[in-house]
Amino acid sequence: MLSLKQLLTYATKRPLIRNSQKSTPIIYRNIVPSRSISCRIPANFLVSPQRSIIQSQFFSCTAVNKHKEITPLKEGEGFKINIITREGDNHTIQANEGDSIMDITMAHDIDLECACEGSLACSTCHVIVDPKYYEKLEEPTDEENDMLDLAFGLTETSRLGCQIVMKPELDGITVTIPSATRNVRLEGSKLS
Amino acid sequence: MSNCFRRFPPTITTIKLFNKSCEKYYLHNTSNFSQHPSVCYTTKQQQRPISHVAGINPFRLAIIGSGPAGFYTAQRVLKSCSFATVDMYEALPAPHGLVRYGVAPDHPEVKNAQNRFDEVARDPRYRFVGNVSIGTNLTINDLKAHHDAIVLSYGATEEKTLGIEFEDGAVLKNIFSAREFVGWYNGMPQYRNLMPDLTRSDTAVVIGHGNVGLDIARILLMDVDVLAKTDITEYALSVLRNSKIRNVVLLGRRGPLQVSFTAKELREMMNLPNVKFVTDSNFVNQEIKTHADLISKDRPLKRLMQIIEKGLINTIAINNQPEKSWTLKFLRTPIEFIPNSKTNPSYVQGLRLNVNRLEGPFEKRIAVPIGDVEELEASLVVKSLGYRSIPLEGVPFDHKRGLIPNVKGKILDEEGNELPGFYVSGWIKSGPSGVIAATMYDAFETAETILSDIDQKKPIIPSSGIGPKQGADAIIPLLKERGVRTVSYDDWKKVEEKENELGRQKGKPREKVVTTEQVLEILGN
Repeated sequence: MLSLKQLLTYATKRPLIRNSQKSTPIIYRNIVPSRSISCRIPANFLVSPQRSIIQSQFFSCTAVNKHKEITPLKEGEGFKINIITREGDNHTIQANEGDSIMDITMAHDIDLECACEGSLACSTCHVIVDPKYYEKLEEPTDEENDMLDLAFGLTETSRLGCQIVMKPELDGITVTIPSATRNVRLEGSKLS
Repeated sequence: MSNCFRRFPPTITTIKLFNKSCEKYYLHNTSNFSQHPSVCYTTKQQQRPISHVAGINPFRLAIIGSGPAGFYTAQRVLKSCSFATVDMYEALPAPHGLVRYGVAPDHPEVKNAQNRFDEVARDPRYRFVGNVSIGTNLTINDLKAHHDAIVLSYGATEEKTLGIEFEDGAVLKNIFSAREFVGWYNGMPQYRNLMPDLTRSDTAVVIGHGNVGLDIARILLMDVDVLAKTDITEYALSVLRNSKIRNVVLLGRRGPLQVSFTAKELREMMNLPNVKFVTDSNFVNQEIKTHADLISKDRPLKRLMQIIEKGLINTIAINNQPEKSWTLKFLRTPIEFIPNSKTNPSYVQGLRLNVNRLEGPFEKRIAVPIGDVEELEASLVVKSLGYRSIPLEGVPFDHKRGLIPNVKGKILDEEGNELPGFYVSGWIKSGPSGVIAATMYDAFETAETILSDIDQKKPIIPSSGIGPKQGADAIIPLLKERGVRTVSYDDWKKVEEKENELGRQKGKPREKVVTTEQVLEILGN
């Protein structure tokens, strides 16, 4: 009999797991730790072990792989990034070279909307970069600037989270997710 | 006993998973899975006090309108309040509002937001009730009887008008509002049979210098074969294939510094293959020169002007003249539509325009007619003057500003007091302008207000007496009694699957199922 804990442990392993009770292999999709996972587990699975996961119509485990999969790091590996959330909490995270802020926040369940999923068509993932590190970033493209023009509370060191990609020079970078205050541009400065 | 158990079963468990990475999980009570999922989850910081959870009664929130404002509000409330449920009511049979019906077909990236909305909808505490019109099938009082709070996020369903004869297009054909025209090519049910005639001449006029106007101009001028790979409706595509429109003139009453469109859309126009940019370059240069100081202080405006200036240079540099053109015409106000004949049916043949000059300070430039009148030929006119919200019976409305009076999303009554349990989000809250990011922040603000009211135990919509409120569990049977076939999110996903399938056959991301009848047919009704 599988306990819930065991089941969930299975679910976290990747990419192939066999059900110990049945001979039918169960293929779990490669699960990315991300907020886009929805895991539905029937409660009666806990009480009726006879009913296998496969039979249960309620079980579905979908990993929506919208962003690049990131490999979890051991403590002390990778590059450090500090993310200050809308609520003002500071998260220090170890990130791989090549991960974007969008990838990192998604993997760590930090609230940063990325409505267009990194295709430079919105400004929902606007972040404010520590000025010390802003200079170390590559220049924003015209397309990114077009979107930044529409960002809330644009600052001199604003960037889109999907365009900041971790590299050794950025070790220790701090980015702040602006809080939900009304856009000044919409309030009055817009010439209409 | 069963009632209480069904709403909030005794087993509230917290599961920690994925070692720091992902801590959000749902458990379902399978005995009542479909109707009464129980929920337990934790997020890192935002979990509301557990005492509320144990307090049995869920917080039943109704959201009117399923556009981005509704979904982002729902997302934040569901994420941060474990005992909240959201029932979202939508007049159309499909969700996602302007993301589906407003965003241009050649901007598929913006539509990625729908993935996020799907994710919100997967929350068992969320329910979509589509094909229900508030005011027709359901009243605000019905919702009040069964919900603890209501969020109005029905957006801007009307448009601003010019206030001149024939503009509604009833007498004179081929005059449309942007809402109608965009709704037509984007598959909004009510505009399915708009039937614009794009073969009468080579010139179309779009009134208004906003992003919607640019979208329309782009759709009219771009390569149809490129458009054929988007989710534009097939019937619109066939009309566009036979289109004779080669020139699109965008009219604005003021100057280049007062335009409302943004850099991305302008850049796209400038980069349209085989399309020349035309404008009064002397006037544009003079305006930019005169206000150089002020422009330099406004980053978006500065970048916008740079794109226009670059466009002017490119225009001169082109050797082989493109077949098509788009024109930014400034300082013109339409005063009259010119018919092609006095007999019926009569089509629009042109416009009479007042020529203006600009007056007043830079921040508040106004257009003043100088007395000259011009005529402009056009066989198609689309008015893109901006959207307008309308009141909902039983809810306060500020007619002057065209929105629902509120403080951070909490609705105020006539005396300026908070209306218990009533919230507003999106364009109906802050006015009909802004991109999806603006709406998102706006919706988050409303959600924060709701959450803080829950925490402070502020008064909600009072109960009518008999037992705890049931939300959509009570509303859906009521609608059934009234002969309304509601559309659930599962229903919608079925329709969407059909759309995707139809799209695959045509090499498009999807072929929209447009009318309510077609939707219901797919759902086997």
